[in-house]
Amino acid sequence: MADPVKADPALTHVAAEWKHTSPFVSCRFDPMGRYVFAGAEDSTVQRFDVATGAAVPYVGHQSWVRSLGFSPDGATLYTGGYEGRLIWWPVVGDTPAATRTVEAHAGWIRGLAVSPDGKAIATCGNDNLVKLWNAEDGALLQTMTGHASNVFNVIFHPSGQFLLSADLKGQVHQWEVASGKQIRTFDAKELHSYNAGQAVDYGGVRSMAFSPDGKSLACGGLHKSSNPLGAVQDPLIIEFDWETAKPRISHAPDTRCIAWRVVYQADGSLIVGCGGTEALVLFFKPDADKEFFRFKAPNTVRDLDKHPDGLRLVTAHFDKQVRILSMTAKPA
Amino acid sequence: MHCSYACNSPEHTRARRNFLGQIAAGTGVLAGGLGAAVRPSAAKELEKNQKRILCFYMAGGLSQLESWDPKPNTDTGGPFRAIPTSVPGIHISELLPNIAKQMHHLTIVRGVNTKEDDHGKGGYLMTTGRRQTPAADYPHLGAVTAKALAPESSAIPGHIHITPGGGGGRSNDAAYLGPRYASISLGNGKPPANSGRDPSLAEAADMQRNALRRQANERFLQRRRTAQTDAYTYSYEQAQRLMSERDVFDVTKESPQDQERYGNYDLGRHCLLARRLLSGGATFVQVAHSNYDTHNENFDFHLEQLGEFDRSFAALVADLADRGMLDSTLIVVMSEFGRTPRINQHYGRDHWSAAWSVLLGGCGVQRGGAYGKTNENGTKVIDGEVDHGQLFHTYLSAVGLDPTETFDVGGRDLPLADPSVKAVKELLS
Repeated sequence: MADPVKADPALTHVAAEWKHTSPFVSCRFDPMGRYVFAGAEDSTVQRFDVATGAAVPYVGHQSWVRSLGFSPDGATLYTGGYEGRLIWWPVVGDTPAATRTVEAHAGWIRGLAVSPDGKAIATCGNDNLVKLWNAEDGALLQTMTGHASNVFNVIFHPSGQFLLSADLKGQVHQWEVASGKQIRTFDAKELHSYNAGQAVDYGGVRSMAFSPDGKSLACGGLHKSSNPLGAVQDPLIIEFDWETAKPRISHAPDTRCIAWRVVYQADGSLIVGCGGTEALVLFFKPDADKEFFRFKAPNTVRDLDKHPDGLRLVTAHFDKQVRILSMTAKPA
Repeated sequence: MHCSYACNSPEHTRARRNFLGQIAAGTGVLAGGLGAAVRPSAAKELEKNQKRILCFYMAGGLSQLESWDPKPNTDTGGPFRAIPTSVPGIHISELLPNIAKQMHHLTIVRGVNTKEDDHGKGGYLMTTGRRQTPAADYPHLGAVTAKALAPESSAIPGHIHITPGGGGGRSNDAAYLGPRYASISLGNGKPPANSGRDPSLAEAADMQRNALRRQANERFLQRRRTAQTDAYTYSYEQAQRLMSERDVFDVTKESPQDQERYGNYDLGRHCLLARRLLSGGATFVQVAHSNYDTHNENFDFHLEQLGEFDRSFAALVADLADRGMLDSTLIVVMSEFGRTPRINQHYGRDHWSAAWSVLLGGCGVQRGGAYGKTNENGTKVIDGEVDHGQLFHTYLSAVGLDPTETFDVGGRDLPLADPSVKAVKELLS
């Protein structure tokens, strides 16, 4: 019997490209890996069949959708829009329609996460709030206050006991899900800067991921921003030790872009989608600060996700395309 | 030999076409450009009716799509929605909910086309009403306004810029009108440098020192009077008056409620300072807000900047209305240009002067409307196109000046505004 196919980042190549009429801002595989869902600047979410590339639009938001999540059984899609709405959709179907809409936040929903048991949805946004929703009926379960700036991201710890939320200023708060109490704060302030000359705050925790064993929390974003208004910055990823809440290792690749998405592979290696002046997918081995491989993408990378098979990635691009990247050998 | 400069003859105190006759009708002649004394009784009336300009300069180039001319649900619209305002049918960006409630005091000029995408050149043409050329330099709107409208006796400088940072001092933006009308910069809202008496100097000693200065000055001026010496003398005298009213620069004198209402950040304090200065008699106050040059992450940065601007500016407009000052205060919100309808790969918008917006309000302009129109996705003007020169004429007309008239500067007639264009009559009340 042949050995199972393994991902080899050095073999990364574009396996498929699917074009839309508007630039993309986000992308995710559904838990079964059948579809890619991608939010676009025309406020639609496009569903692409991974096998055929056939597209089906999800129409209902009145602004951009950068937050996508799924029920663990793969039946329901949750989307958070920049108009502040949280919408439930069926994952399958030829003409999908919203099954529930909640006015969740005043201003943008910037992040969304589904609890490991699928019972709760967490959202965060420009109202500096973190909210927990009942996935079954849309009822509000908790509102967490404590952030002093826009909340960029939320993620559940794999145990399901804790929720983490991260903001523009690089403050990552840990909350107890059952009580809504704040437990502690991880300090990722290196991902934020204030430029006095331009009078702007810049940075923020653009992405978060837990290692499969739950022992490491990666926060991605940017640093060295000498000109925020001119997109001059370098990516930075900080991996925190879960036990101590202290930085364990930092990755500061030499390139001009933002770490828009970090994901872990099953072996604890890290994959980072970077977009900006350069367009890269970076690969880091566990405990190594320098990347061991960088894939140059055809266009700036605005989001990235990993297929459940661990062999493929999807990237969302400004040039109106989503791309499937394969980390295995090209077919003969 | 006594120099003939500024001999106070009628020919030299008044421009040949006597443009200020209109604004001073019935109350005698205003000072400033004419240099004539104002009778005390008339001065009081003038003070009550004195026209002023409050200008907001949105440095870097405010996006018209994230402010006055939103295009939601189009390919250029970006993520923000449009919201209704206090004027039925007029919608602005959702980033400006407080200003939306004040829209009945304001008018949007949506068809601005200035054909200049360079920061320096764009700023110059918007603030002088003329295109920058190597052959000539033109005065800032504030300098023109100060010369034409500022009372001679005012303790407050006629032309003030409140800047987000930097130092103080007088700028070089009055061109041929001379340094007397150049702007006084209040860096980060701080009072003019050295406007307080040195604590080590007793008041009596200070008075004695100034008397000696005046005596020496007068002796010098008898033989060597020039525009520069006049500006020097004026600056000293104005500084003396200013020192006595230095509190006008101190926003901490305002109530805690007002400070909270305007916002506890630089722009909030600067807007409150603008209110104090206008209430204290300033003729032209420009408040700069930085920075809107959002080639990268336009939406995040507009969210951040306009969140401040919306709160502070709306509070100021409401207060000017409540205090009955809107009838005498023209409000202008301008930039050097707008921003591209096209959203770039960095979620940014770039420089764009072909179809953008300016906001007007208050004195002399129609209120509660929008003039001009851009197409569906904001890429071009389709109705009511105006440029910087027409707008400059409109500002001056709104405060009662005739922009086709001239200043007498050293015996030369120099037009207040570009003589090749005219005010937009539809914008004037």
